[in-house]
Amino acid sequence: MAEEVKLFGTWGSPFSRRVEIALELKGVPFEYIEENVSDHKLKSPLLLKYNPIHKKVPVLLHNGKPILESLIILEYIDETWKQNPILPQDPHERALARFWAKFIDDKVNPPVWRALLGSGDEREKAMEEVKEGLETLERVLNGKKFFGGETIGMLDIAANFIAFWLRVVQEFSGLEFLTPDKCPALTKWCDEFVSCDVVKEHLPPREKLIAFTKNWLSGNGWTD
Amino acid sequence: MAEEVVLLDFWPSPFAIRVRIALAEKGIQCEYKEEDLRNKSDLLLKMNPIHKKIPVLIHNGKPVCESLIQVQYIDEVWHDKSPLLPSDPYQRAIARFWAHFVDKKIYEIGTKIWTTKGEEQAAAKKEFIESLKLLEGELGDKPYFGGDNLGYVDVALLPFYSWFYAYEKCGNFTIEEECPKLIAWAKRCLQKESVAKSLPDQKKVYGFVLQLKKAFGIE
Repeated sequence: MAEEVKLFGTWGSPFSRRVEIALELKGVPFEYIEENVSDHKLKSPLLLKYNPIHKKVPVLLHNGKPILESLIILEYIDETWKQNPILPQDPHERALARFWAKFIDDKVNPPVWRALLGSGDEREKAMEEVKEGLETLERVLNGKKFFGGETIGMLDIAANFIAFWLRVVQEFSGLEFLTPDKCPALTKWCDEFVSCDVVKEHLPPREKLIAFTKNWLSGNGWTD
Repeated sequence: MAEEVVLLDFWPSPFAIRVRIALAEKGIQCEYKEEDLRNKSDLLLKMNPIHKKIPVLIHNGKPVCESLIQVQYIDEVWHDKSPLLPSDPYQRAIARFWAHFVDKKIYEIGTKIWTTKGEEQAAAKKEFIESLKLLEGELGDKPYFGGDNLGYVDVALLPFYSWFYAYEKCGNFTIEEECPKLIAWAKRCLQKESVAKSLPDQKKVYGFVLQLKKAFGIE
């Protein structure tokens, strides 16, 4: 049977872009459907049908069957298309990759937005959390080119937020999360990652992301 | 090499209970070390320096942290007995989705039930029941979430059954009334030795919750 792979995503979401990178890496052709996620009324009926509980992107549709949640989708992709594996073979190494991917989503991503939205003490505290998280990841990287070793793996893909979104926020806001003196290897990793062939087509347009974020911030009340 | 399996444990923790069930299902010999969370051991701090939390699974000296990651690890290492995750990638994705749902909804909302009052508690109770009903939908007519045998989602959700009595007393409601299928499922699971010996007594958990409320000054 011919493979039918569709991805419901949104241009600005790191979670959505993760799935694109994995499909690209595996050489899996797919149809992309852009969802308007800022207006709930505009979410497509198909999205609501395939993800009725959370109503969120990304949703991967493989031969009509929906798979949800970016990290779960990455594991699904790895199990279904065996070429260019993104998870290690060894169970302990796999556990570590999963642990650090969760760490990025739980401990690094949210405080970046809290720092951006907050002010004073709240901002300071959030900044500290991000910096600590990044310094931890610097140690995890341990001088390797990628978290996955010589080539990118699931953890590199999960860390796409740091390589692009975090650095974009840093540049336009002046909030210094990632510095080369504290995190030299991680800083280098960011440049390597965004230059990868399978990654560079799957990053949001920089100016568009900045404009979108600033617009969202002013709606939420940016204070300095 | 002889396998050495240690679990840094805490008797009422739903996360630790998950690992206990998985180990018992697979018949894995394990040394359980009970932690005093007010006085964490050097071993815990060394093995989980990032979160400093239990459970920590230590296999031949190497730590694995986070309960669902531990259950997957156990399933991958001891893959020849009582598989917890299905072999089909799509079914695995579904199982992972619901286990993650349990983490996001059951644990967080359940906690709100015993830590809040008034409107906040009422909202938490409502969302809790709604979430349990969604899980009942996923269970369908199957005896277990895993089908004919205990699976990943059963292991992820079962420990919270020990906390139901505490939620009910604190929230002044009955879960069985709203979700009879789920209670029937839990009782069915309790017939299994691996589950019965891993789940703490509900009343004992309630006593623990009352102690916590007192300690944190929650009425």
